[in-house]
Amino acid sequence: MTVTDATSTDPSAVGQARFDELLADGRKVEPRDWMPDEYRKTMIRQIAQHAHSEVIGQQPEGNWITRAPSLKRKSILMAKVQDEAGHGLYLYSAAETLGVSRDELNEMLHSGRQKYSSIFNYPTLSWSDMGAVGWLVDGAAITNQVMLTRTSYGPYARAMIKICKEESFHQRQGFEIMLTMVNGTAEQKAMAQDSLNRWWWPALAMFGPPDADSTHTTQSIAWGIKLETNDQLRQKFVDMTVPQAEYLGLTVPDPDLRWNDETGHYEFGAIDWDDFWAVVKGDGPCNRERIAHKVKAWEDGAWVREAGRAHAE
Amino acid sequence: MLSYLLRLADDNLVLAQRLSALIARMPELEEDIAIANIGLDHLGQARNFYSYASQFDALGRDEDQFAMLRSEREFVNAVLVEQPDVDFAHTVVRQFFVDAYQVPLYEVLAASTDETLAGMAAKALKEARYHLEYSSGWVIRLGDGTSESHERCQTAVDTLWPFTADLFAGETSDAELIAQGVAADPAVLRPQFDRTISAVLAEAQLRCPSDPYQRLGGRTGFHTEHLGHLLPEMQSVYRAHPGATW
Ligand SMILES: [Fe+2]
Ligand SMILES: [Fe+2]
Repeated sequence: MTVTDATSTDPSAVGQARFDELLADGRKVEPRDWMPDEYRKTMIRQIAQHAHSEVIGQQPEGNWITRAPSLKRKSILMAKVQDEAGHGLYLYSAAETLGVSRDELNEMLHSGRQKYSSIFNYPTLSWSDMGAVGWLVDGAAITNQVMLTRTSYGPYARAMIKICKEESFHQRQGFEIMLTMVNGTAEQKAMAQDSLNRWWWPALAMFGPPDADSTHTTQSIAWGIKLETNDQLRQKFVDMTVPQAEYLGLTVPDPDLRWNDETGHYEFGAIDWDDFWAVVKGDGPCNRERIAHKVKAWEDGAWVREAGRAHAE
Repeated sequence: MLSYLLRLADDNLVLAQRLSALIARMPELEEDIAIANIGLDHLGQARNFYSYASQFDALGRDEDQFAMLRSEREFVNAVLVEQPDVDFAHTVVRQFFVDAYQVPLYEVLAASTDETLAGMAAKALKEARYHLEYSSGWVIRLGDGTSESHERCQTAVDTLWPFTADLFAGETSDAELIAQGVAADPAVLRPQFDRTISAVLAEAQLRCPSDPYQRLGGRTGFHTEHLGHLLPEMQSVYRAHPGATW
């Protein structure tokens, strides 16, 4: 059998050739296109994890809505948390184009078979955490998501474009909370510093394990899912954020942090990866309560969803 | 005028506070979004009414001082809006009762001789109509859903009904505002409220409550015990840092 024969009779070989061509040309893979099973699986896993993160991410900030110290802040925070729920919806729709249902994904989140970003397993302990989360967590998310607007899977890339606009609002609003706090009373400034102390390292860990230990990175880059590595993105984030911390007059909790004139980048200290993996594996400060909260809301709502279905019939 | 505006504002703020606590607790992501949307509208309405009330306040209090520094006895919201979210049925039925009241309220106020109030009401009216669509839709779905949802919805209707008359409770000083065409006459609002209630409950196959008992008092600061839990939570950060800017 000649090579030509093989491509013309084996649909997956034709598909593979076309898939490779799409990637090589920097064009998007669309739901109707043939794609390798592993690509599909990776994409589902990544989009689902992202969607779950948006949904679970409502909790740490939702925790402060009822106590927001001004009506304006309450309104901004409510709108932000609502945006995150909206992001979750878009992303579930993007995942559904790959042939998986929202109910299945939900079930995988509840049973722990799919993850969400570990950052949401840390508690929000003061109002200034609403500043730090917006500034650092949404800031880190944007760094990653700006890259993902160019990811190879079309529906995911398009969802990211819409989401990124809102995330940059969130980041600015968070920074503005911090700015107001550092210009406030001594107590407010101390709260802001405490928030930075607690959120800095978890925010750096959001980019995932170092490139040397990252199992998926090489393949994801080959498939155009990721365009930059974890360490590259982390460096970008540090370079962007350290001057902002300086502007706020806050101290980044890293004694090894220093500017390197030659590289034009900040050097920073070692991340505690043992702690990171403990949180990923379920032993962070809030893993259990985040999932319990989510499962309870879902179970409490079972009779409502049933009623909706019964009425529709 | 101050007291009238504070009643409008407090109804909306206390309800917004209730709704804001439900985000990430709804039966579906779509409902999380909807409830946040509705809560944001009520919060926005409250802020408008407070900022206008500020102009009539001898103390010149701003929206946050109104919200954060008044006690349970000084809040003048109707007792309905402070009732707790026992389950989703209570949430949507409370919302439905409020919406059925606010739609005619804002219709009348949109034609108020006070232009500022009229402008605020016209904007709020659009929101209230959308809220009514949402809440009556759910009352019908629950009433006409499964036997469990029907029962839960009927329980919510029966439990919350005795708090509805307080929505219409006024003050003697209102008479003048009504005569001037500034404020809405509750006697005008009530028939439309009743029509909405009976039409939607009928479609939902739910019983109209027959118990004549009504719990009044919110408008004079004689609240149910629930408000005394809601306010300290809402006010905690603000009060812990007197004079701070946020
Ligand atoms: Fe988001
Ligand atoms: Fe965000």
